[in-house]
Amino acid sequence: MAHHDITTPVSEETIRSWRVNDTVTLNGTLFGIRDATQIHMFDRGRTTDFDLKGHAVIHTAPNVRKVEKSDENPAGYAPVCIGTTTSSRMERFTRPLMEQYGVRMIIGKGGLLEDSSKAFVDLGGVYLAIVGGTAALETTWVEAIEDVDLDDLNPESLWKFRIRNFGPLLVAMDSTGNSLYSHVRENSANQRDAVLSALGVASK
Amino acid sequence: MTMNIDLKVIEEAARELYIRALKILPPDIKDGFKDLSGRETSDTGKAVLGTMIKNITVAEDTNNLLCQDTGVPIYNVIVGSDIQFDGAELKDAIRRGCERATTEHPLRSSVVHPISRKNNHTSTGVRVPVIHFDFTDKPNELRLEMIPKGSGSENNSWLRMCLPAEGIDAVKTFVIDRVLEAGGKTCPPTIVGVGVGGTSDLCMHMAKMAATRPLGSNSSDPEGRKLEEELSAVVNKLGVGAQGLGGDSTAFAVHVELAATHITMNPVAVNMQCHSARRASATITPEGVSYGF
Repeated sequence: MAHHDITTPVSEETIRSWRVNDTVTLNGTLFGIRDATQIHMFDRGRTTDFDLKGHAVIHTAPNVRKVEKSDENPAGYAPVCIGTTTSSRMERFTRPLMEQYGVRMIIGKGGLLEDSSKAFVDLGGVYLAIVGGTAALETTWVEAIEDVDLDDLNPESLWKFRIRNFGPLLVAMDSTGNSLYSHVRENSANQRDAVLSALGVASK
Repeated sequence: MTMNIDLKVIEEAARELYIRALKILPPDIKDGFKDLSGRETSDTGKAVLGTMIKNITVAEDTNNLLCQDTGVPIYNVIVGSDIQFDGAELKDAIRRGCERATTEHPLRSSVVHPISRKNNHTSTGVRVPVIHFDFTDKPNELRLEMIPKGSGSENNSWLRMCLPAEGIDAVKTFVIDRVLEAGGKTCPPTIVGVGVGGTSDLCMHMAKMAATRPLGSNSSDPEGRKLEEELSAVVNKLGVGAQGLGGDSTAFAVHVELAATHITMNPVAVNMQCHSARRASATITPEGVSYGF
């Protein structure tokens, strides 16, 4: 269980050395992405000039305040509250994000499923679990909104955040195909019959 | 004595409640975190709960929202006796308050048209905010409750019209299987809300009532109370854990609400509330407005 304190972007070699239960703290750039962003990028043919190669994306749609563009707020948005949404709705976008844009890390909550796990193995990627519903804390790790694209989808725009000491995040799915969520699912399924017996349920 | 409701007061309260609910977690939920932390045996579980508890403090210290999900706004209006107002105007006042909270704070509007997916950036739309009316015999009092219902938990909602021959066993099995199916998607630890009986729509509504009532409150029906105690006693043995990462903190509690049903029916519904179990209330009396949870 190692801890990795890194500045983005990262190489495939680095990502492939990380294992489930390691922790990670990120610095540098982080991209925010969500349902509508990816529906438009992968189902409706829209593209972005942002360079996501070797970077992390976070499943988010932030609360922001529209402000004058300045050095502090170069995109014309000040962060209000930035947090993380449930990842599994966006399961089918993991592979295209990695294949077409070179994304290496997906930050989210609740985990991704088997297709994503396979993409992490094939292409060299990880899923980093953040604690969902702790956005006030998460916001303190975001220094600024540096840029924004596909902003007609606001709040589900493609956001470029500048981050500092973002984490610790937990490596919950790694490039060897290991997934904490699969372990937990398997273990909980094994508890089902005992729990139903304790409730006096006759036929399971 | 009849109390006339000033709609300006309602609009202000509706505005204030949305923001308060998003920022301050009710004391019963904070106590729920203490209970779970004391009993958690998994290291990951302890760390996750620790981060959640830290977030509650950071939100209060920085006057920020607990969670970025501003949810679907729900307002419950509980009308006492001797209260007078125009119902249509009162609904408009709540809607205006909700819109003002969104544009003035500002808050992320999480509400879109279901087909065009257009967001008008006011947290309102067709039939939203959701507004429910109920009545009490308390004189000269109008209570306004606000619940921002997050989508992570709301996306995990189910109804099954079980058969009478399947009995209560089908109800219990359905609840346990839905907790397993939800896994980490609902942002556990959750309050698992269960509706039993009624009609299909009432059953689902009761599941929501159950998921959003305070920890420590119980079903008013003895059989309902027995069922929620039984389910609460075993739900944390499933090992889903906080954030679905394993451990003993799958749920704060299982709550049950029930209603009479048809001789041929045995409905059960599940709706969950995430660990950011946010709610706020305002009580309006001739003395003024007081805020609580």
